[in-house]
Amino acid sequence: MDDTLTLKKTPLTALNIELGGKMVGFAGYEMPVQFPEGVMKEHLHTRAKAGLFDVSHMGQVILRPKSGKVEEAALALERLVPVDILGLKPGRQRYALFTDAQGGILDDLMVANRGDHLFVVVNAACKEQDVAHMRANLSDLCDVIELTDRALVALQGPAAESALVALAPEVAAMAFMDVRSVSILGVDCIVSRSGYSGEDGYEVSVPEAEAVEFVRSLLANPDVHPIGLGARDSLRLEAGLCLYGNDIDTGTTPVAAALEWAVQKVRRTGGARAGGFPGAEVILHEFEKGASRRRVGIAPQGRAPIRGGDLYLDQTSTAPVGRITSGGFGPTVNAPVAMGYVAASLSETGTRLFVDLRGKRVPVTVSTLPFITPGYKR
Amino acid sequence: MLKFTEDHEWLNIADGIATVGITNHAVEQLGDLVFVDLPETGATLAKNDAAATVESVKAASDVYCPLDGEVVEVNEAIRNDPSIVNADPQGAGWFFKLKLARVADAEGLMDEAAYLALVG
Repeated sequence: MDDTLTLKKTPLTALNIELGGKMVGFAGYEMPVQFPEGVMKEHLHTRAKAGLFDVSHMGQVILRPKSGKVEEAALALERLVPVDILGLKPGRQRYALFTDAQGGILDDLMVANRGDHLFVVVNAACKEQDVAHMRANLSDLCDVIELTDRALVALQGPAAESALVALAPEVAAMAFMDVRSVSILGVDCIVSRSGYSGEDGYEVSVPEAEAVEFVRSLLANPDVHPIGLGARDSLRLEAGLCLYGNDIDTGTTPVAAALEWAVQKVRRTGGARAGGFPGAEVILHEFEKGASRRRVGIAPQGRAPIRGGDLYLDQTSTAPVGRITSGGFGPTVNAPVAMGYVAASLSETGTRLFVDLRGKRVPVTVSTLPFITPGYKR
Repeated sequence: MLKFTEDHEWLNIADGIATVGITNHAVEQLGDLVFVDLPETGATLAKNDAAATVESVKAASDVYCPLDGEVVEVNEAIRNDPSIVNADPQGAGWFFKLKLARVADAEGLMDEAAYLALVG
């Protein structure tokens, strides 16, 4: 059977095909892995000008408090994430993690305070379970409403601001992680100044009926090129950002994943709302004592990309001391880049380790993340 | 004499030496190359041995030795700049030169018309 028959389409699938996208199945959706420009040029163009990504496969969910008070939705969501949601001001967004009872990570997500409700964006591959998880645990205080009639478009890169300002001047004043309702081409959109490329940029939630016109308007600007999943992956990898399912999953904890920054002090031991999320005992213990392993950047020597594999102490040892979870070629770094987990004692920058590549054991170096200097507009 | 394999290598044979590379079609499928691993000069290879490895932004692929022979030269330029292969796969982007053990073996390979029919 042709796989494409069973794949879901986004409001932009037909346009992606028209633009020459090479379509593949991803998280159940028919998505462009690259456009005719190719992964390397798409990546470099995004860092130089602006890249446009269809991320409509991701889940967009509203948590509407039954009381009408957004604080109630925030406190409800705090049952599921080790994150300060109550302290998130209206018009602001932050990164969060759904954790499980063992302290593992069920998904990563973005949460925005929209004044009278919360707006949540979750990964495509996890969205069914995430929505079920929220319904099961938040329905006493919130209506959990999945928005299935909107596209989500990311515009990333140093020219993203000028490209979007041409359609909506007010987005210039937004700072990194601001979220606003913005009328674009007469349509009500939700705009956040965020993304997953390491660049400045925006994510725009637009009603599906107007999505194609919106994207065509952006693509009319010569600075804006359509970008596929291939470059999205190399961009986020250079930026040191985790891919759920590769770099974080139920077998990794927030501390091991080096995501301590996502757990604000108010949710840690001694904080006003310490604990109270799944796996709190494990996670808070790791904040005190550290985790046995840690996510780090990995810089392979030479030019061959290393996409996975166990890490070893030397040329001959057979007991792994870590594992690469994401890897590829970094077009901006102009070298292979990777990330993975190593024993905590080996997580110091500069530590030399080895990985097997086609029967040869090649040296790699533990390195700091990100591999590039992010362009976020703070 | 220009010959092709089903694994998308090309051979340009003159005076018993085959210059070997990968085809336009192969490069289109692979996308941007970022790394090329070449055989050692002097290596004796048999037909279908893995002779070289290419890494694109997407994946790694082996390049097979199309006939028995000895590697007499490799293209250092593509090791330093794999994008040469993308730009000119059937010219400047050649991989290695093979001194054929038996030139007559090349008769069993496809000519250009047969190869183009194969990749459609």
